[in-house]
Amino acid sequence: MADSADKSRSSQKAIGASIPRSELTRLMSGKGRYVDDIKLPRMLHLAYVRSPHPHARIISIRIDEALGAPGVEAVLTGDDLNPMCKPLVGVALHRPGHRSPPQSLLATERAVWQGQPVVAVVALTRAEAEDAAEQVTIQWDPLRAVTHPLDALDKSKPVVHPELGDNLAFDFTINKGDTDKAFAEAAFVVEDQFRFERQLAMTLEPRGLIADFNPGDGSLTVIHSHQSPFQMQDVFSQHLGIAEHKVKVLAPDIGGGFGMKLNLYAEELAVAAASMRLGRPVKYCADRLESFLADAHARDHVLTGRMAVSSAGDITAMEVEDFGAVGAYGMPLRFNVAEGMMAITMSGAPYNFSDYKARTRSLYVNKNLVGMYRGVGMPFACVLTEVLADRAARAVGMDPVEFRRRNYRPRGSYPCVTPGGQKLETVSFHECLDKLVKLIDYDELRKEQQALRQEGIYRGIGIATFVEQTAYGPPYYGPSGARISTQDGCNLRLEPSGVLRCVTSITDQGQGTLTGIAQIIADSVGVPYADVGVMAGDSSISPYGGGAWASRGMAIGGEAALGAGRKLRANILDLAAAITQTSVEQLDITGGQVVNTKTGMAVISLADVAKVGYFRQDTLPADFDVQLSVSHSFAANAQMCYLANGVQASYVEVDVESGFIKLLGQWAVDDCGRIINPLLVDEQVRGGIAQGIGAVLFEECMYSPEGYLQNGTLVDYLVPMAGDLPDIFVEHVETPETATELGAKGVGEAGLIGAMGAVWVSVNDALVPFETVITHQPFSPERILDAISRSPGALNTGH
Amino acid sequence: MKAPSFRYVRARSLQHAYQVLQHHNGDAVAIAGGQSLMAGLNLRLSGPKVLVDIGGLPELSGMDCGGKEVRIGALTRHVEVLRSKALQERIPLLPQAVSHVAHAAIRNRGTLGGSLAYADPAAELPACAVALDATIVVGGLEGEREVKATDFFTGLMDTNLKPGELILAVRFPVPPPHTRFAFDEFTRRQGDFAVVGLAVTALVGGDQIETARAVYFGCVDRAKLAEQVSSALCGLKLPVADRGAIRNAVTKDLEPDDTPGWRAETKLRLAQVLTQRIVSRLAESGTQ
Repeated sequence: MADSADKSRSSQKAIGASIPRSELTRLMSGKGRYVDDIKLPRMLHLAYVRSPHPHARIISIRIDEALGAPGVEAVLTGDDLNPMCKPLVGVALHRPGHRSPPQSLLATERAVWQGQPVVAVVALTRAEAEDAAEQVTIQWDPLRAVTHPLDALDKSKPVVHPELGDNLAFDFTINKGDTDKAFAEAAFVVEDQFRFERQLAMTLEPRGLIADFNPGDGSLTVIHSHQSPFQMQDVFSQHLGIAEHKVKVLAPDIGGGFGMKLNLYAEELAVAAASMRLGRPVKYCADRLESFLADAHARDHVLTGRMAVSSAGDITAMEVEDFGAVGAYGMPLRFNVAEGMMAITMSGAPYNFSDYKARTRSLYVNKNLVGMYRGVGMPFACVLTEVLADRAARAVGMDPVEFRRRNYRPRGSYPCVTPGGQKLETVSFHECLDKLVKLIDYDELRKEQQALRQEGIYRGIGIATFVEQTAYGPPYYGPSGARISTQDGCNLRLEPSGVLRCVTSITDQGQGTLTGIAQIIADSVGVPYADVGVMAGDSSISPYGGGAWASRGMAIGGEAALGAGRKLRANILDLAAAITQTSVEQLDITGGQVVNTKTGMAVISLADVAKVGYFRQDTLPADFDVQLSVSHSFAANAQMCYLANGVQASYVEVDVESGFIKLLGQWAVDDCGRIINPLLVDEQVRGGIAQGIGAVLFEECMYSPEGYLQNGTLVDYLVPMAGDLPDIFVEHVETPETATELGAKGVGEAGLIGAMGAVWVSVNDALVPFETVITHQPFSPERILDAISRSPGALNTGH
Repeated sequence: MKAPSFRYVRARSLQHAYQVLQHHNGDAVAIAGGQSLMAGLNLRLSGPKVLVDIGGLPELSGMDCGGKEVRIGALTRHVEVLRSKALQERIPLLPQAVSHVAHAAIRNRGTLGGSLAYADPAAELPACAVALDATIVVGGLEGEREVKATDFFTGLMDTNLKPGELILAVRFPVPPPHTRFAFDEFTRRQGDFAVVGLAVTALVGGDQIETARAVYFGCVDRAKLAEQVSSALCGLKLPVADRGAIRNAVTKDLEPDDTPGWRAETKLRLAQVLTQRIVSRLAESGTQ
């Protein structure tokens, strides 16, 4: 297996090359085409009237004035649209006990989060739809809301769905070994509670779609800013009752997804329902205010972690308890168990211990639904484990790097399964840490830190080891009952001029995945990169697939592309052999030419092969079967996922008088297996790091105790900008995945996971002289000052 | 996020602008750079019936740095203040403050008059106008009048401007040569509105502060002289040894509110930290 892969790589040029994204010039020169750029004939625009309350009964809805407003074509309520659509149910069948009530498109009797859509106003322009939406009068009876994860099971708090009896959506426990005994015998126990506030993916391009139902043939075409056109084709077909071959979902240019555009939104299905009702195309593009209220939210967890350590400095056991406030419903198809499950199954993953106890509970609250967002629950595991590891090292009196080296599973102990159930096979914790320590000149950095403390400058160094689940396979979603495809595919065709055209089921929201696919095709067939065209985003023309999620583009989609490339290469060689009347063994393809294997001399160009294949079949033997279009699909049938890993470091300075934090440097050593495009891999890592830094230092959906969002614009929801980020240095260890020929793992989430861990650890490291900790994200200046004021020494900072 | 519909009038002359504004009374708003107004319209925070575009009026442009005072036209963009060599020499506080105003794209459009008229309590320029004891030249159908900056900002996003009036220019007295300036702010991100900011001008003789004008922004309802802090600074020898008096003065001058993410006490603390740092900087700036 490895041999054949290596052979196919031997003459490679494109794989491993730092090629900029193929669409870059087009997008950067304003020639992109996003959903909101697209106008269809007779198209209408939809705007929503949303619940202004986190929890309220609807007494009455008055739409007369809105119906009469200029440009208005329809004002639709749940009574109009809900019956058109099978309700959404976000229950995971593979998680016994998981509960979620059915969700309708629009709220009718009761709204259960602030921002839940209630009325759809459809008009000739978006501005007119917004004007008319202001004319809709809803009489509300506000009810008490439940908002905090730790309140959700309090019997004195409201129950979001009375039919469920309480707010518990899901409860899962892991118990491996004898944790109680290990903690009783531990020389040191470190523990804390970790709070992660809610945040958002905040894509540059908000969500949007145009639903175009054609009453003439009963077909539905949806132009959708979505990561998985296949998933949505299935959803529109199943929920709206349209035969699948009459549903087509097209994903045009997309300005960022980050998992947020993978979710299934009732309000997006309602747009399709509105188009069916009106028989006209209907566009809905969320504006930025709606992004805050209605894009899937993320995080909102409270975790408690404990770590037991021997006097020699060995981690002997861990305990984790997680409470996640997942919003008012289970996220359809993707559920609301993933963040908590990842948190408890991945905590402690790099470390060599076996006694482990963990529990996660997902809880309904009167807030927007939590869905997929880059990293999902993996950052919780990384933060909790690495903050505790640093504290354990300090308790033992060991340097944090030495402590990690000592506790990583030893080289040569793989494959093995962690207590949380992660199968480690091709991870490289030691190699990554060794490289990182050199990269940051760790010893010198520590000396600088110590020296500056004498001057009253408080800097912190944070090292965080992370494991990244990438490219989920059928063993996960298969048993869940969700119709999520974990396969991907590729159609590939030799064009008559000798160039290649490829259609992949993988989609690209800015990652550069399609560039990577082209590189793989180029090398697997033997043509220059420039001779490969790749298209994606049409659910009706490529092989069925998953699209973009769980960092699977190269690992799964790339493997499919490799298979397609090899098939086409074989077919081209067969044809070339027939044309030139030589044997296939004597022929090879390189640089777009069929060459003689021994001499390397050009025998025939691909253009000439294609000419015969398409136009002069009469010159071939009568029974020769020309196949210059091939299709290949790939799924990792037995593989839960491919585990990638890495280590990151942060260097921060905390202004202990003001509580402001300055990030001085960020470094990552990442192992994502075979690297197809180093430039784009580094950009994935950097982009993820930016979002990780945003999470720890800036981003927070600030809810009042009553459940009202208090910061719903980009002025007060702080997304870090370029000027707020440090230089980011990225290096790699390359340990190929052995389960595939390509050997690529995912890299989409690595940056975020590791950065969150490293920044958490570094800020806490800076606060060590104050004998205090910060465990509430984001680390706002006020929270830092509060942490310092809890300092037992009450160290005088001039106040 | 579409603005409610409004009528757009491009003023042909000052008189025309005054007339349209006066005619519609409170329902017409002047638009210059539009950097705050347009965002507010798109958020439907306000819904004026008429926008009067004063962007083409030559009377509102230009900067005169020649005499004992500097006169800056209301339409002067932030970027022009930032890059003005004359201002850097004569009133360096202004370019220094403008470097903290938002981002380049906003500084390219936003105007001095707009910032003062909008009177955001977190904005840099109203605070500078008060610290520099500027005079604001206001025009309307009834003619021109002048208002001291100290009297101009009357409340939260409220000014002394009457319906139908426009800011024409701002007159800044050129401070004497032994004046020192200090300006800084705490912002979560580069370019954000300040949580707490402070502009100080101080006349320093030898190593002693003779007079000082301190103006906070971000943690106040409007730009106004911080009287306690200003007088606490007077007579102090640089570098300041005892900072207790200044800290107390800050507590007397400021009464911040709780806002999401910031308790009032935190803002007060930040104001004290910032004030101490700025006072230290006053000492340093004399050694250049």
